[in-house]
Amino acid sequence: MRAASTPGALAPREDRTAQYVLIGLAFLGTAFIVAVPLAYIFWRALSDGVAAFAANIIAPDTLHAIWLTSVVALITVPVNIVIGLSAAWLIARFTFPGRKLLLTIIELPFSISPIIAGVCYLLLYGRQGLLGPTLGAADIQILFALPGIVLVTLFVTAPFVTREVLPLMQAQGSEQEQAALTLGATGFQIFRLVTLPNIRWALLYGAVLATARAVGEFGAVSVVSGSIRGQTNTLPLQIELLFNDLNIVGAFAAASTLTLIALIVLIVKTVIEGRVGREE
Amino acid sequence: MTFRLTTALAVILGLASPAVAQDKILNVSYDVARELFAEINPVFAEKWQADTGRTVTIDQSHGGSSKQARAILEGLPADVVTFNQVTDIDVLAEGGLLEEDWREAFPNDASPFYSLPAFLVREGNPKGIEDWDDLAAEGVQVIFPNPKTSGNARYTYLAAYAYALDQNGGDQEAAQEFVKKIFANVPVFDTGGRAATATFAERNIGDVLITFEAETGGIAAQYADAKFERVAPSLSVLAEFPVAVVTENAEKNGSAEVSKAYLDYLYTPEAQRILAKHYYRVNDETVAAEVAADFPEVKLVTVEDVFGGWEQAQEQHFAEGGILDSVFVNQ
Repeated sequence: MRAASTPGALAPREDRTAQYVLIGLAFLGTAFIVAVPLAYIFWRALSDGVAAFAANIIAPDTLHAIWLTSVVALITVPVNIVIGLSAAWLIARFTFPGRKLLLTIIELPFSISPIIAGVCYLLLYGRQGLLGPTLGAADIQILFALPGIVLVTLFVTAPFVTREVLPLMQAQGSEQEQAALTLGATGFQIFRLVTLPNIRWALLYGAVLATARAVGEFGAVSVVSGSIRGQTNTLPLQIELLFNDLNIVGAFAAASTLTLIALIVLIVKTVIEGRVGREE
Repeated sequence: MTFRLTTALAVILGLASPAVAQDKILNVSYDVARELFAEINPVFAEKWQADTGRTVTIDQSHGGSSKQARAILEGLPADVVTFNQVTDIDVLAEGGLLEEDWREAFPNDASPFYSLPAFLVREGNPKGIEDWDDLAAEGVQVIFPNPKTSGNARYTYLAAYAYALDQNGGDQEAAQEFVKKIFANVPVFDTGGRAATATFAERNIGDVLITFEAETGGIAAQYADAKFERVAPSLSVLAEFPVAVVTENAEKNGSAEVSKAYLDYLYTPEAQRILAKHYYRVNDETVAAEVAADFPEVKLVTVEDVFGGWEQAQEQHFAEGGILDSVFVNQ
């Protein structure tokens, strides 16, 4: 009855209830899909006490896996920055036949399952593969060693830098660079003083995304690693192996380390995102 | 300065000299054998040094044994393989990496230890599960992975089938009916052995987990609080754990001698004792007698005798439209 007398006043209040319910559901959903499982990793990792956790982290094989994962990221991310930046510059500043095709090829790893990347490299560099006999004769070990792991990681991280830098370069246009050119700047000066400062945050953002992917990649690396303990196991592979060994605390300790790295990357990413937003 | 120079020289010599007498082998193995070889390798290294004066480093790679075979074919430089499927070494022989008659290179068809599908039940064995019959009873929940994806479960399937054949005088139809009843008691088919273990031990589903006897011991130890109990059935299928030197790689790496010595070592009483500690059954008579209390007597049949070998079992039972498909109604 009262509702009928003041319909205008009540309507927004009803909306708000619905709002709160939806917000509550969103939080509940996120909690059970993301937050609780992640918190559980840390809880399980510490379930046998801090000492057991620490002992599992400094176990030689796990420590080596952390080191190997860092080395892979330290090689692949700089290579990605150089190649990604060159590709973005080429595509943004020049028109040439095959420009669209180049962009599509760079973005291909986004849509291809990582296992396919691994299998491709296996078929190319494997003993029975296309280049296998040549590599075998020269005694070069690519697969089941660091080079293979780096190659597949490069494959899966290839799109990130270009994808972040390119839209910004296209939006900004080339006026500033042309102005610098008419003022007599050399190519390198233009790059260092004009191009780079304009895109640095987008570049960093792409590099951070590539780092996250390089550190976390499992599928592609799993195919080409050979899983030699203390030698070719990256951190994600080490987690799986510890888990399969029924070493639950060890697996969760390694998993929490990887999660911690991901959280740090997430924080850096959020900070950079703010900067990118302001520059755009 | 002189001191530093001598120190530096000592370091360089120290690094260089073992290289002369340093052996190195890569043992590519199946998924869950890490702790086993982590215990065997240092003991072998010590013995090798005592016998030859040379040091040896043994690297380990673990993974699904078919995946490992694939990796070796593509160039993973394994010197020796220690697998849980004969067919996975046959694949390497077909690829030309080792001899076709590799099973004659070491005793017991190149299988230094063995195991069999057995049971793990909950504390006090409340459902009174002692043999395969009890798994077909109404109201019993049985856990094992999907035989379509898991080699472990294929052994379980064949063992149940062989038991029913034995009980019914070789009647195939009765055997199929029996296996069908067991499959109807499985609430969830996981893809692999470890997932099935998690279902049973972590999610508390099922009255009995079926897996290799060697696994049941490890699981019982890992989940000591749950006080699971190991049960061996009266009849089961022999599961071999074959080994081989990957001749081509070992010759290239100059490790043929140490590789052979390593696999020979697995047959010594010393190694067999370690194997028995990890709940594998061994052939060494002295050691087998010592640990007899831990390993109840089980009538063992082979896949060759009952099913005409893995190839034929694959064709008749596991291939699309095979016997497995007709009993596997609740997949």
